[in-house]
Amino acid sequence: MSKYYLFQDTRTCIGCHACEIQCKTNKNLPRGAKPCQIIQVGPKMINGLPKMSFIFMPCYHCEDPWCVSTCPTGAMQKRSKDGIVFVDKELCVGCKTCISACPWGAPQWNPDTGKVEKCDYCKDRLDAGLKPACVTLCTTGCLTFGPAEDMTQVRRQRHAEASASFENSSF
Amino acid sequence: MDKEVFSLCFMCSVRCPIKVNVKDGHVAWIEGNPHVAGIDGSLCPRGSAGMSMLYDDQRVQSPLIRVGERGSGNWRKASWEEAIDYVVGRLKDIKDKNGGHSIALCERTQLSTHVSKTFLKALGSPNHFTHDALCKGSVNTACRSLFGYTDADIGIHYGETKHIVLYGRNIFESLAVKEVKTLMAALEKGARLTYIDPRVTVTASKAHRYWMIRPGTDLALNYALIHVILKERLYDAGFVAKWVHGINELRDFVEHYTPEWAEKETGIPAGEIIAFAREISRDKPSVIFHYGYRGASHKNEIYMRRSILMLNALMGSVEAKGGIVFKKGPGEVGGKAARKLVSQEFPKIEMPRFDKAGTKDFPLPDPNHGVAQIFPHAVLNEDPYPIKALIAYRMDPLMSIADTAQTKKALDRLDLVVTIDINYSDMAWYSDVILPESTYLERTDCIQQMNGLKPQMFLRKKAVEPRYDTLDGAIILKRIGEKLGIGNYFPYETMEDLVNWQLQGTGFTMTDFEKKGFVAYGSDQIFWDRENLPFKTPSKKIEFKSSLLENAGFESFPEYQPVEPPEEGRFRLVVGRSAVHTHVSTQNVPYLNELESENKLWINTKKASRLGIKNNALVEVVSSCGKGRIKAFVTDFIHPEAVFMLHGFGHEAGRAKRSFNKGLSDALIQENVYDKIGGSPAYHDTFVSVRPL
Repeated sequence: MSKYYLFQDTRTCIGCHACEIQCKTNKNLPRGAKPCQIIQVGPKMINGLPKMSFIFMPCYHCEDPWCVSTCPTGAMQKRSKDGIVFVDKELCVGCKTCISACPWGAPQWNPDTGKVEKCDYCKDRLDAGLKPACVTLCTTGCLTFGPAEDMTQVRRQRHAEASASFENSSF
Repeated sequence: MDKEVFSLCFMCSVRCPIKVNVKDGHVAWIEGNPHVAGIDGSLCPRGSAGMSMLYDDQRVQSPLIRVGERGSGNWRKASWEEAIDYVVGRLKDIKDKNGGHSIALCERTQLSTHVSKTFLKALGSPNHFTHDALCKGSVNTACRSLFGYTDADIGIHYGETKHIVLYGRNIFESLAVKEVKTLMAALEKGARLTYIDPRVTVTASKAHRYWMIRPGTDLALNYALIHVILKERLYDAGFVAKWVHGINELRDFVEHYTPEWAEKETGIPAGEIIAFAREISRDKPSVIFHYGYRGASHKNEIYMRRSILMLNALMGSVEAKGGIVFKKGPGEVGGKAARKLVSQEFPKIEMPRFDKAGTKDFPLPDPNHGVAQIFPHAVLNEDPYPIKALIAYRMDPLMSIADTAQTKKALDRLDLVVTIDINYSDMAWYSDVILPESTYLERTDCIQQMNGLKPQMFLRKKAVEPRYDTLDGAIILKRIGEKLGIGNYFPYETMEDLVNWQLQGTGFTMTDFEKKGFVAYGSDQIFWDRENLPFKTPSKKIEFKSSLLENAGFESFPEYQPVEPPEEGRFRLVVGRSAVHTHVSTQNVPYLNELESENKLWINTKKASRLGIKNNALVEVVSSCGKGRIKAFVTDFIHPEAVFMLHGFGHEAGRAKRSFNKGLSDALIQENVYDKIGGSPAYHDTFVSVRPL
């Protein structure tokens, strides 16, 4: 697995799709290719209130990525230093084998170049000391990126704050 | 060469601060200005599509002069010299024959509005009008009736609120970055959100309480809330005693508006209304009854907006942390605001405005903005006099004033129609001349005076040279003005000259904006002393009993008129916005169009099934003034009495190929009816029938 984790706080995500545009802008992609996407599920009534889920779908940067092992030209690769799965455009011949292999629909077709695009956590930006485009610009700041071991802290902090009940506590 | 430019976004009118990275003369990246608290790098989807707009070749690329019939889409390319000479020639004729007042200019209020106002004043015309009345005319009037301030003088202190109530204010879709982030942070800290809307939106999905109210009955809900709040003494008694004028009259008025009565009208159970009143009162004064962004739904709009503002006053949440607050100008800290060209001396204008705003015929709407929806009526009836020319500056009357057919007829009566815009808007398409403006990334603009708890100034600064043969709006108007003999009112050659002129006497220079994109007059938030609030009403109090209304012959507390359900097979047409588009202006931007290329008609599942309408099937929508086709979105999540569509689709401009003929324009089927006291259109007072095709 990549050493990073991209955490989406579903409570503060408003499904505005800004992340998709920021991603496409950074990669200068034409219509059709969406390396990340928000899929809305719902609304559904839950305990008398309408709820929606906004599922953020980038690439999960698998430990043993089927897109990499199946790629006949070696274009799809896993970066050794951090486990980021990316596609080398020079080597991609547009055979779409990776698209067939990925169970989550992560590799995207670029109709202009006839090659594959995918989420590479904006490794160009990471290498320049920046965060991925979607994380940097997210409207509500619901996306957080970093070493996987730090990301669990976000949820723990929240749970701690939510469960600390000063008013009703006997302590 | 690489550079970093701080500027202001203009993908919508919010003008969020941005940082633009430029590489070899091209925009390489745009992000929210990281130095501005509450922005911290964020950009909304529209702002994020700034480069997609800039590098789109379906923008207007040069001045164009019409060669075929109006609206036929036959254009010839013209030089600026030729296009301006053409406009000047026609304007001269019109002015000589019909007087300067027969020339009107409309625009979406923006940083150079003082330039366009100057242009018309110098021509001797009172007929400058803005998009504002279409959006919130009655909110403006309601604010003045209660506080003596306009809505533009009032802000919302989201960050420290404990409970916010939104009446169809779909804050997480019709969104502004700072507002969303600040409110989201407050919700994370435990604030409650109550949302009232006949339709389930993203905002509804984030709410702690959601009421699918019968459309058009929010006022009944509010009168019942006030009834409970007064009866159970849930209000801030100290604040009300000191600052409210007319509490006894209000008490008598709401006596018979019980929660049980409101339940029948609104569909919201009486017990829930009572429980809510008790709950929110516990958090006063840090509560917000949001008075709305767009406030243009019903013919009694002003009373609806007043009722919301009165609820704030009852909670004592006026000029309170976490409540509504008054915006502070630089004068509060001994600073000076940037100058505006309208501060010059102009010839006196004797003629009334075309909309009669501010006269005894239409006394209360704000003449600073005028009343746009009156324009077609004024032109068609030559009431109060003939109007012969319209310059539309980044405003699209065809798609934003209700009843497009009527507006078109009015345009047909004009001798000259000019559009200044970056896009092939429908208005541009129906014009005689299109004068293309440079985009916000290609031009420096006038100073933004940001009044608020901390008064500041922001600057929109040119990041790259214009890609096409376009100019800054303030330069276009100056060039036309020079040839009309009013050049002396435009004392600048470049936008930088104009900004420098504006900054004279403020103690700041353009260089001061380079570091962070803005300058601040002070460092602390300014709250007024709640013992000495400077209300600008005649009584110096919050006027529940309003002298503004009563002196003009209107009641402060008119009886509630019951809202009849629509006849079988008919629906109240309700409209709104999504996060992806700005009004009528972004539907052709490549990345935004990809996300949302057409609108659909939301219709309740049971009603749709009775009419034989299937999800995603084409339906015909018919009102008294127009009809059109649109795909149906069949859902349980809309009140059966309403159908809903997004505003801004159904474009007719052929060169905007992605948005051309996609979806349906709401203005095509909305009737041009309005609140005759407050001034807003009543966009939700049109009833339509829907049938499957």
